[in-house]
Amino acid sequence: MTTSLADVASSDAALRAFLHGLPGVDRVGADQRAAMLGTRSIKTTAKAQAIDLAISMVDLTTLEGADTAGKVRAMCTKAVRPGGGAPQVAAVCVYPDLVEVAAEAVRGSGVKVASVATAFPSGRSSLEVKVSDTALAVAAGADEIDMVIDRGAFLSGRYMKVFEEIVAVKAACGPAHLKVILETGELATYDNVRRASWLAMLAGADFIKTSTGKVSPAATLPVTLVMLEAVRDFREATGRQVGVKPAGGIRTTKDAIKNLVLVHETAGDDWLSSEWFRLGASSLLNDLLMQRQKLATGRYAGPDYFTLD
Amino acid sequence: MMAIFEYAPAPESRDIVDIKPSYGLFIDGEFTDGSGTPFKTINPATEETLAEVATASTDDVDRAVQAARKAFGVWSALPGAERAKYLFRIARIIQERARELAVLESLDNGKPIRESRDVDLPLVAAHFFYYAGWADKLQYAGFGTKPLGVAGQVIPWNFPLLMLAWKIAPALACGNTVVLKPAETTPLTALLFADICRQADLPPGVVNIVTGAGETGAAVVGHPDVDKVAFTGSTEVGRLIARAVAGTDKKLTLELGGKAANIVFEDAAIDQAVEGIVNGIFFNQGHVCCAGSRLLVQESVQEELLASLKRRLATLRVGDPLDKNTDVGAINSAEQLAKIKELSQIGEAEGAERWSPACELPERGFWFPPTVFTGVAQSHTIARDEIFGPVLSVLTFRTPAEAVEKANNTPYGLSAGIWTEKGSRILWMADRLRAGVVWANTFNKFDPASPFGGYKESGYGREGGLHGLEAYLDV
Repeated sequence: MTTSLADVASSDAALRAFLHGLPGVDRVGADQRAAMLGTRSIKTTAKAQAIDLAISMVDLTTLEGADTAGKVRAMCTKAVRPGGGAPQVAAVCVYPDLVEVAAEAVRGSGVKVASVATAFPSGRSSLEVKVSDTALAVAAGADEIDMVIDRGAFLSGRYMKVFEEIVAVKAACGPAHLKVILETGELATYDNVRRASWLAMLAGADFIKTSTGKVSPAATLPVTLVMLEAVRDFREATGRQVGVKPAGGIRTTKDAIKNLVLVHETAGDDWLSSEWFRLGASSLLNDLLMQRQKLATGRYAGPDYFTLD
Repeated sequence: MMAIFEYAPAPESRDIVDIKPSYGLFIDGEFTDGSGTPFKTINPATEETLAEVATASTDDVDRAVQAARKAFGVWSALPGAERAKYLFRIARIIQERARELAVLESLDNGKPIRESRDVDLPLVAAHFFYYAGWADKLQYAGFGTKPLGVAGQVIPWNFPLLMLAWKIAPALACGNTVVLKPAETTPLTALLFADICRQADLPPGVVNIVTGAGETGAAVVGHPDVDKVAFTGSTEVGRLIARAVAGTDKKLTLELGGKAANIVFEDAAIDQAVEGIVNGIFFNQGHVCCAGSRLLVQESVQEELLASLKRRLATLRVGDPLDKNTDVGAINSAEQLAKIKELSQIGEAEGAERWSPACELPERGFWFPPTVFTGVAQSHTIARDEIFGPVLSVLTFRTPAEAVEKANNTPYGLSAGIWTEKGSRILWMADRLRAGVVWANTFNKFDPASPFGGYKESGYGREGGLHGLEAYLDV
């Protein structure tokens, strides 16, 4: 594999041959493995560790048409100080036009600003628009760009087009990290998820991300499992480590911990930090805080004891 | 900042099960003393004694058979729908008491609670439900409706409750009564099942449970008033039983050893194949007669597959069976551990390469690390003999025809597995493999509706499914 990796993207045919030469994914088997890992029982000290780790991996997100500067500022304040002595989250994730507001709000805290550039969430625009969308977000202060791939091009087998778009957006990112959103719910098969993961990594992605959060199903455990296998195999083949970000539909502490178990037992502990694993979520943080307090005090507090920003 | 994610202990509470200091025999609906010398059953994970259990002498076995004979008149005369009611009731009680049964099974057997809870118990209940459904529909099964009489059943220690269900459920559904002897290292769940029979108001004598070692088993098999013998266990004991039964008019089914081939082609879904290999040989510590103990891997992917397999094995969690996160539990007995050690040493001595992941084994109890032998040839002892432990032998092949040839080149024939993305190859292989069960892109999957049984030295007769009825009816 290593001998030809450089040539893989030399032509559409070479790229196709490589991606279709990857080992297949058996859906039944992958579903079973993910379900089994979902039964791991994480208790006491392990749970406390997992909750704080999960909080530190959250990309606290707001992606509504109705987003305003006020809403983004409030969310950023919470990202920096979630409350109750909990660690700060990894990043806030906003639309490109709100990057400036977010960057200002988290300045000096260490919390990163991520932005969904590239004609999010459909990605249906020209490369020119996507590149300038990206460049503007970076100029406004984004540390990380979450780009969506052209699913239409991918599903019709035009892998080179997808590859070249990712390369172009990566170039436009400059120093910013690039997270490539595969929108796995639209890719439909696990074989496609594995191929898209490799395609994104070959094109230079720093992270591969499951979903926009706008399509159902979003981040399912088996899909995250397949992506974790891909980054694990990619590092083995190239020496380069790529991060993974499941996003969309992760709402409870249980879900978050299941994801951490998946990381631990699939890619390995090298991925267990916010540098290599993120959870894209909007409502997960409060459940993590609630479970964190329950673990510390033995009692659940009512929802009004956790802020709504 | 990299975290090391250590799972804190997550033990299942053993308070849910009430283990008595001593147990008697279950004959004619009552617990009675045995006249043999009682024996102790221990927890193989700690070597702690769990309870003292009675030994049934020849006289005790005779009492049990007489009770079953008497009950046969009543039980076989019941309409099928009435028998079904009892079986359904037993199935439901098993579900209600599943946690209690699972904990006891793990304590007595050493298997991880994750398996007893998620695999054994659901299947046990499913078998009773399945055969309850047949009880009033026997005329449609095609084997007649006449039961055989008293069934003498001897079961092994690897799946104590599941094997009990495989034996008792079809026997009762067809109108037979039973005398069952559980293995001497794992009698406790069978005795708890006796309690469930009482809870279900099963007429006395329909199910009798006699405990003891080989002699008790021999007395059950040899009793002149037993009409049908069913045995699951080693090929060695199976031969003795076949000899003992030969020349009598007893019907016999044997489900014996295996040395199954798990065949991985180069186009297989590698990650899932690795899971299947793990499940094939490390499930239940490899104490599975249909375990995929011979991995046949296509030479072109051998290196890649073995690297993946070894990486995966490093994540297997070996230890306390009652911890909900344990993947591999304790070896069932000191004798079995000695046998596994001996065969592994032979493997090394004959030149195969031995490998185990780094794993800490508990100090007390019977433990053996997951082990892989590479560079194995068909002529190696570890490729021929059933090890019945967490030991995998890896062989290679070049073509589908060679894979079939090597897979069939064994005295056994219980199961086989095929891993390939090519559907046509699966069918081609399945036609040619001499094995009772052939799994495709999966392994160790059981269902009450699927018949199970072997070729050659893996025994004869089928259990489970429609075919499982045949063994308990006068065809």
